[in-house]
Amino acid sequence: MDDFIKGCRKGIPIALGYFPVSFSFGVLVVSSGLPLGLATFISLTNLTSSGQFAGVSLMLAQASYFEVAMTLLLINARYFLMSLSLSQKIDKSMNTLQRLIVSFGITDETFSVASIQDGVLSFPFMLGFILVPIIGWTSGTLVGETLMNFLPTSIQNAMGIALYGMFLAIIVPASAKSKPILEVVLVSATMAIVFYYIPLFSVFSSGLKLIMATLFGAVYGALRYPVKEEITS
Amino acid sequence: MNMYLFVCVLVMAICTYLPRMLPLTFFRKEITSPFIQSLLFYVPYAVLSALTFPSILYATNNIYSAIVGCIVAIYFAYKDKGLVFVAIVAMLSSYVVSLL
Repeated sequence: MDDFIKGCRKGIPIALGYFPVSFSFGVLVVSSGLPLGLATFISLTNLTSSGQFAGVSLMLAQASYFEVAMTLLLINARYFLMSLSLSQKIDKSMNTLQRLIVSFGITDETFSVASIQDGVLSFPFMLGFILVPIIGWTSGTLVGETLMNFLPTSIQNAMGIALYGMFLAIIVPASAKSKPILEVVLVSATMAIVFYYIPLFSVFSSGLKLIMATLFGAVYGALRYPVKEEITS
Repeated sequence: MNMYLFVCVLVMAICTYLPRMLPLTFFRKEITSPFIQSLLFYVPYAVLSALTFPSILYATNNIYSAIVGCIVAIYFAYKDKGLVFVAIVAMLSSYVVSLL
C-alpha cells in the first residue's frame, strides 16, 4: 500500500502536465465536428499524445484502417524501446497479468520519471504511478470536450507549454549534474532540430524523426560514456 | 457513434498498446551488454530532449511567448524547482508575454 501511495504521488506532476494537453485534444476533436464523447473514449483507450492527434487527423481524412495502423505503429515505435528499457527495471517477479497492466501506462513521461527512480519498480508502485496520469489524461479530455471554448484562447495557448516545462524540469537538472547526460541532450536536440527544419527529412513521419533523434543521442552517449552496471540495476 | 470511427479508435488503441506491451511482458531476460545498458540509460534524456526541441517554440502559437516560457523553464529547472513549479511558471510567463 505504501508503494501504491508513493506511486500515486510521483504520478501527480505528470497528471497535471497532461491535463492542458489532453484538454486541447478534447477541444480539437469536438471543434473538428467529430461526435461528443469520442475524444474521451480515445484518451481513455490510447493514453498517448502524438498518436491521438495523428489518428484524429487521419479519421477526418477518412483514411483506411491500414493507414491508421501503419501511422500509429510508426509513431509509437518509441514505446517499444521504452518498454524494453523498463523490462530491466521492474520487479522481476511481476506476473504476466501485472506486466500487461503496467505496460498500458508507458508514455514518454511515465517512462522518463520511472527510469530515474532509485531501485526496482514494484507492481503497487507502478499501479499508482500510471493510474493518476491515466485519470489526468482522460479527465482533461472530458473537461475539454465539455467546456470547449470556455477558456479564452490566450490561456489555452499558454497551457500548451506546460508539458515542455515538465520535460525541461527533468533534463536540465540531470544535465547540470552529469556531463554525459548534457551531451546526450544536446546531440538529440540538435538532431531533432535538423530533422525538423531541413526539408529533405520532411518525408519521414514525426514519430520516425523522434526515434532517429533519440537514437543519435543515446548511441552517442553509449559509445562515448558507457555506464557502469550499477546505474541500471 | 458510427462504425468507422469506432473501428479507427480500436485500431489506434491496439497499435499503441502492442509496442508498449510486448517487450515488458515477454522479455524477461537481463540485458548484459554494456552497450545496450548504456543506450537504455540515456534513452529517457534523449527522448525528452528530442520531444522538446524545437517543438517548444510552437507550443503556444506565439513564438515570443514560447521563447520566454522556455527560458524561464530552463532557469527554474536549473534551480531544481520541481516538475509542477517549472510547468506553472513556464505557463504563467508565456501567458503574460502573449498579453503584451
